[in-house]
Amino acid sequence: METVTNFELMIQFAYVVSGGMFIYGLKLLGAPDTARNGNKVSAIAMLIAIVSALVDQGIVEYQWIVLGFVVGGVIGGAAARMVRMTSMPELVALFNGFGGLASLLVGWASISTAGGTFTLVTIVLAILIGGLTFTGSLIAYGKLSETIGSGALMFKGQQVVNSLIVLGILVSAAMFCLEPGNPQWLYMVIALSLVFGIMVVIPIGGADMPVVISLLNSYSGLAACAAGFAINNNILIVAGSLVGASGIILTQIMCKAMNRSLSNVLFSGFGSRAADTTKVEGEIKPITAEDAFYVLEAASNVAIIPGYGMAVAQAQHVVKELTELLEKNGAEVNFGIHPVAGRMPGHMNVLLAEADVPYEQLLEMDEINPRMENVDVAIVIGANDVVNPAARESESSPIYGMPVINVDDARTVFVLKRSMASGFAGIENPLFYKENTRMLFGDAKESIGALVREFS
Amino acid sequence: MEIVFMTFILMLSIFLGFELITKVPSTLHTPLMSGANAISGITVVGAISLAGTGQQDLANWLGAAAVALASINVVGGYMVTDRMLAMFKKKEGGR
Repeated sequence: METVTNFELMIQFAYVVSGGMFIYGLKLLGAPDTARNGNKVSAIAMLIAIVSALVDQGIVEYQWIVLGFVVGGVIGGAAARMVRMTSMPELVALFNGFGGLASLLVGWASISTAGGTFTLVTIVLAILIGGLTFTGSLIAYGKLSETIGSGALMFKGQQVVNSLIVLGILVSAAMFCLEPGNPQWLYMVIALSLVFGIMVVIPIGGADMPVVISLLNSYSGLAACAAGFAINNNILIVAGSLVGASGIILTQIMCKAMNRSLSNVLFSGFGSRAADTTKVEGEIKPITAEDAFYVLEAASNVAIIPGYGMAVAQAQHVVKELTELLEKNGAEVNFGIHPVAGRMPGHMNVLLAEADVPYEQLLEMDEINPRMENVDVAIVIGANDVVNPAARESESSPIYGMPVINVDDARTVFVLKRSMASGFAGIENPLFYKENTRMLFGDAKESIGALVREFS
Repeated sequence: MEIVFMTFILMLSIFLGFELITKVPSTLHTPLMSGANAISGITVVGAISLAGTGQQDLANWLGAAAVALASINVVGGYMVTDRMLAMFKKKEGGR
């Protein structure tokens, strides 16, 4: 039996404590009151794990570790302080990518000490998942920040190219495990996994980004998990699989909210399918801010349905002002939040929290829909597909079957929209032509600002 | 046997993760994701041991780079999550 010193045992037990605290931290994240403490518990768990790793006797040199900490800490800290809440999806996408790349590097660096085929297989997995998470996240970041076109990029023979890449990965991964001494197979695996990450994300359109970043979030955890197997470290496995599970659940929720399967999101290139023959009847009825004000003044029950447009216009603060004025006027105001409103899960909730809207006022789709009949005015701010009645009524619509917020059940609907250009996914929206719908054209922030001025 | 233990831990953590995360309300999904970013920075633990071997070889440099990348996630992830969660308020009081 090999001898284990008491000191080594203590380090291992510290990892157990750390793992327990990660789990407890996530449990506290289950309710808004305790969530902030949960995050702190999780941070302390991380600190314990890092300190345990640092005091390990295998470490003889600290300067590179410290340098890494300083560089990473400064970048991470600056990003966390400066990021605007509207840009959270981009930040999360970038962090997913860094996590993936870190796992790739750890996998790569542990090859020289690897023993046995099983370890080599886990190293390949860490490199593969880490690599595709890295480049996939960079593409997702590019699409979210619109530095590259946010549409779905499809080309002829895409499936064939992808199949060849997968085949190439399988072959080079197998060869690497057989001949670990020959670095060319390793470089092949790294290169192909990086290319694969790009290929996987380019055919996915901007409106499907909530699914993609959830999935990449999951992958960044799974990559850490694989790296844990590669270097025989349990805490990486525990923490990595918690992240992996979290991302997968969010992915499922997002897919369900769009009534699409994961494979449909990943492979079909939304909107490029059969022609949409949704019939639109009626005409567009624009309204001025002044007239809208008279309707709102008489309303006693108002529902606000925000979408990505609210984030783009940075309108959350002025929306809060309007909410306060309406409440002072005696109206009940609620927000209806669709699960895929915005570009990531919970995007709208964070923006409204930033504007000091209490979270009890934010209702999920299933809560607000039964109340919609009693709503006098529903105000749709920069949302389109998530309130599209075609999802219920028109079988030919690409989003048919997707659960939506039924704003058309309200007595009056105001739709705040920049212009009549069709939405992100380019789908016809019959809501705009309904009898009880009025369009308030213009920038969301300015339109609501105009309403606020009418009130005061 | 090591492999069996690790796989065992993997299985239990995944089930536990599913149980815990399904209870997180949708209003907290963005902080959950950025918090998950921070947790996935756990790779830093593996990177530390690779960056401190004292040998000036490729593995050492790769490890150091991994420490930097994972620290971005750890520091940035926890800080931005805390910043967000501080904004979630109840209706009465608390201000």
